[in-house]
Formats: sequence, C-alpha cells, structure tokens
Amino acid sequence: MAAFPTQFAALEPYADWALPSEADRYGKRITSTMDELQEFYDAAFPLLDSSTEYLQGAPIDGISDEDRNLLWLFSSLITVSFPIECWRQPTVPDSGPASIDVTVEPRP
Amino acid sequence: MTSFPRPAEGTWTEHYSELGTAPISFQDSISPEFYRREQDAIFRQAWLNVGRIEDLPKKGSWFTKDIVAARTSVIVTRGPDDSVKAFHNVCRHRGNKLVWDTKPTQEAQGFARQFVCKYHGWRYGLDGSCTYVHQENEFFDVDKDKLGLAEVQCEVFAGFIFVCLARQPQQTLRDFLGPMVGALEGYPFELMTERYSFRAENNSNWKVFIDAFQEYYHVPPLHTYQLGPNNRDPNAEFEGAHYQLDGPHRVVTTSGSQKHKWPVETMYPTEVLLRSGNMGPWDATEFDSELPGINPGGVKRWGIDNFQIFPNLEVLIYERNWYLSYRFWPTSHNTHVFEADLWFTPARTARERLAREYAAITVKEYALQDAGTLDGTQLGLESEAFDEYPLNDQEILVRHFHKSVGDWVAAHEGTAAGASR
Ligand code: FES
Ligand SMILES: [Fe+2]
Repeated sequence: MAAFPTQFAALEPYADWALPSEADRYGKRITSTMDELQEFYDAAFPLLDSSTEYLQGAPIDGISDEDRNLLWLFSSLITVSFPIECWRQPTVPDSGPASIDVTVEPRP
Repeated sequence: MTSFPRPAEGTWTEHYSELGTAPISFQDSISPEFYRREQDAIFRQAWLNVGRIEDLPKKGSWFTKDIVAARTSVIVTRGPDDSVKAFHNVCRHRGNKLVWDTKPTQEAQGFARQFVCKYHGWRYGLDGSCTYVHQENEFFDVDKDKLGLAEVQCEVFAGFIFVCLARQPQQTLRDFLGPMVGALEGYPFELMTERYSFRAENNSNWKVFIDAFQEYYHVPPLHTYQLGPNNRDPNAEFEGAHYQLDGPHRVVTTSGSQKHKWPVETMYPTEVLLRSGNMGPWDATEFDSELPGINPGGVKRWGIDNFQIFPNLEVLIYERNWYLSYRFWPTSHNTHVFEADLWFTPARTARERLAREYAAITVKEYALQDAGTLDGTQLGLESEAFDEYPLNDQEILVRHFHKSVGDWVAAHEGTAAGASR
C-alpha cells in the first residue's frame, strides 16, 4: 500500500522518514550520515516546493492517512533542513552533551 | 552608535541608578550554601508558575508539578465547580507521595473524581477533602473533616497558574506581578492553544541559563547562523529598543524589520518555502481583540517582548501573534530542569502545521546552542578565576536579576530574623 497520495509517489522510497513524533524524526536525523540526509533532502525539498497548494487544501481536522504520512515526512524534512542548510553536520555545532526533548506536540 | 532613544541619563543602567555599574560577582550561581538560602527565601516564598489553564481542560483534570527546590510536589486540580486549587502532593495519613504514575519521581497528569493513596487506600476529593479512611474505626478520635490535604495558595493570572508555598503569602499574585506584568491581563493567550513543549536537564545553575535568555548581546556571535548564508555577520551589533524594570520583574523589547519583509536570498530555502522561522510563522493569525500589556515602551516596529517574571518564568510575546514561556527549575546549585512551551493559534491545514513545526524546531535548534554554551559557563564560573565580571548596558537585565535575587534573599532572612527575635 502506498504511504503517500499518488502525486507524491517519488517519496515512497523515503517512507521511513514519515515518523509520528519529533523524537523519532530527530533521532533518525542524528543517526544518519550527511550523505543520507542530503539524499532525502534532495528528494523531498522539490516536492515540498511544488505542493504548497496541495498542503493548503489538506485540512488537519479529519486528515487522511496518506496526508498525515506526508505531513510527517515533511516534518522530517524540516528537522533535516538544519544539517543541510545551516549546520553542515547532523547535530547542532558546539551543543556538546546538551539535549532538549519535545514532550508535547500537536497530533496529528 | 545608538539607534534607539535612551533615557535622559544616557544608558538604561544609569537610568535605574540603584543597579550601579560596577562589575558583579556570580557567587550566587556557584555556591551550594547560597542555593539553600534561595530555596527557603525564593522557592518557598515567591509565586511560581506551574502551568497553564490549558493543562486543566475540563472538570476533574489534574496535574502534578514537582518543585524540587522547594522540596515538594503539588497537585493542581480543576474541581466540579471549575475552581483551580493546589495541594501538597502528600497523603495526610503517613506522608506518602499521593499521586504519581510509574515512578514517584515523575510528574503525572490526568482526569479523576478522586485521588486514592497507593499505600493504605485513603481517598481525597478534588477539593482536597478526605472522603475515605480505610478501617476508620481502628483509629483514635479521627475526624475525616480535619484530615484533608494541605492546601497551597493558588491563583490564575491571564491563564497562567501560579502557586505560592508560603503558608501566609506576603502579597496577592496580582500585587506580586506588579503593574508592568499585570497589564497583560486580557492579552488573548487563550486563543493560542496549539502547543509544543520541550524539556531539558542542564548542568548549570538555573540563573545562568536565565541569563542566556535575558540579553541579546550574545546573539550575533553565538547565533550567527540564525541568518541565512548571505546575511551573516558575527560582529553585528545588537541593541534592545526598550528596557524596563518593575520590582523584581523586567522586560526587554526588540524592534526591527519583520523577517518576512527581508530579501529571500538572506534566508534559508526551507524558511522561505514554509514562510516561517525564528520569529514565528510569517502569516500571523490576526486578533480582533485589543492586545493589552505588550510593547510597554511604545517602540516603533515592535518585534518581541521578553518578560522576565521573577523568579523563574520568562514569557516571550511575538509580533507574529504567538508566544512562548520558559521555566527554569533548580534541582541543585549547579543543575536545573528547563521547560519550554510554545503556543500558536491552531493550524487549520497541513501547510499551517508545517509553518508552526518549522518555528518550533528553530527554537529548539538555537536553544541547543545556548544549552551547549551553558555547561562551559558553569565550569568557568566554578573555577573562581575572577571575583567579578563586567556587564554592559545591553546586559542590564542580568544585573537586575542577580540584584533582585540577592535582595529577595536578604529581605526574607531579615524578616525571618526579625520574627525570631
Ligand atoms: S500514607 Fe496514604 S493511606 Fe497511608
Ligand atoms: Fe541564545
């Protein structure tokens, strides 16, 4: 079964990024290599770019499973955008042993 | 060069002449002995924000809050009559911690008609009254009516729930908050119900982390990367547009052109795509109501108000109509728990949700930079290489905070000494 709406079929190989919580998404980010992050970013960013209207037409109330998966995958793209666009490494530079956990987030 | 009008004295610090301009000591941030004094004088005396009214969504809702520095845990409840009450989370029978989930050291929340002690099964209503004593007839002259939970003073201001652990609070909450913070009554906090919360355990004194959020002098050097590739300048200068002190509370207001009006090439690609960033989603929900209390200095191109509410609450209100609050809970002289809540108007579409997600993740990324620096600051201060440290005018709130803490401790100890004489 496809994880995403049909026009997002190109994302199917990256369905493992459609993770339901920030902790999962951030965990996958910091245990990935920069090459893996770049590959995911390169696949997902253009689709985010071309899907603004689609996402505007996807209400949160009663969201379908496919749209919810898409939302989760693009949420992963957000966390991955920091290593790619900003830090040039998976973790925040000089953040040392510090960690900050998300304990409450909107669902879905 | 100054871009914003300053008080007649020429600097904010000299305007508040009681602060002085001398270097300050950070002994209050490294001394176990001073921490013990803060516990008694501040955390067992001051009004403390333990949550928001949204944490108690319906009659019967409750949550616990562990206040390690005050050596207690409180249960906050919303009763059948919708009244918000707080109690020490301690069973009247033999002192067991009354409400907890899997571990007594973890906070809990839920919905209940009554609380049942796990030890011998005594029961309490949401109003703290004892409703059941197991094998009551085995006791000697017990009167259930006199065996309720120990109530803690609890008041709500603008949806923020505060408790005061003093048996006799010196001031009502409203008097404690004073006119500057009090002016926020009526600000539509309740319209912002979409929430992200963060929690961190940090290896520093609680005040050291608060200091990192009450001056923006560090922003250009530490957070150079808050700006996109074509716009970075670690030597950029920061200047607060307005500083104001009111009792132990303080505010800094920032001003500047709104992020969404900047040229796109100065920003990150995802930021531009999602129209969001460290100043929040660009497409703000408009509020019909008045926005009382914000921008107390009346600055032009208002950006953010950063209210530092004594002792450990920070509320940041953004021009894009969202807000966040930080709370810093000491657990020892050099450790604390950091809690952050970000509040947005509810997203209606996937697109709006992603804009909120981007803003929330941005806050986390940059707070990680602050938190990373923090361990280094605590280690540095503990070396006692220097007795005093210089503070500039943009660090006036740091100066005021440490003075307020010292004054608060001295005043409490003075009163306590007076009372025992
Ligand atoms: S300690 Fe709670 S019932 Fe005995
Ligand atoms: Fe910072």
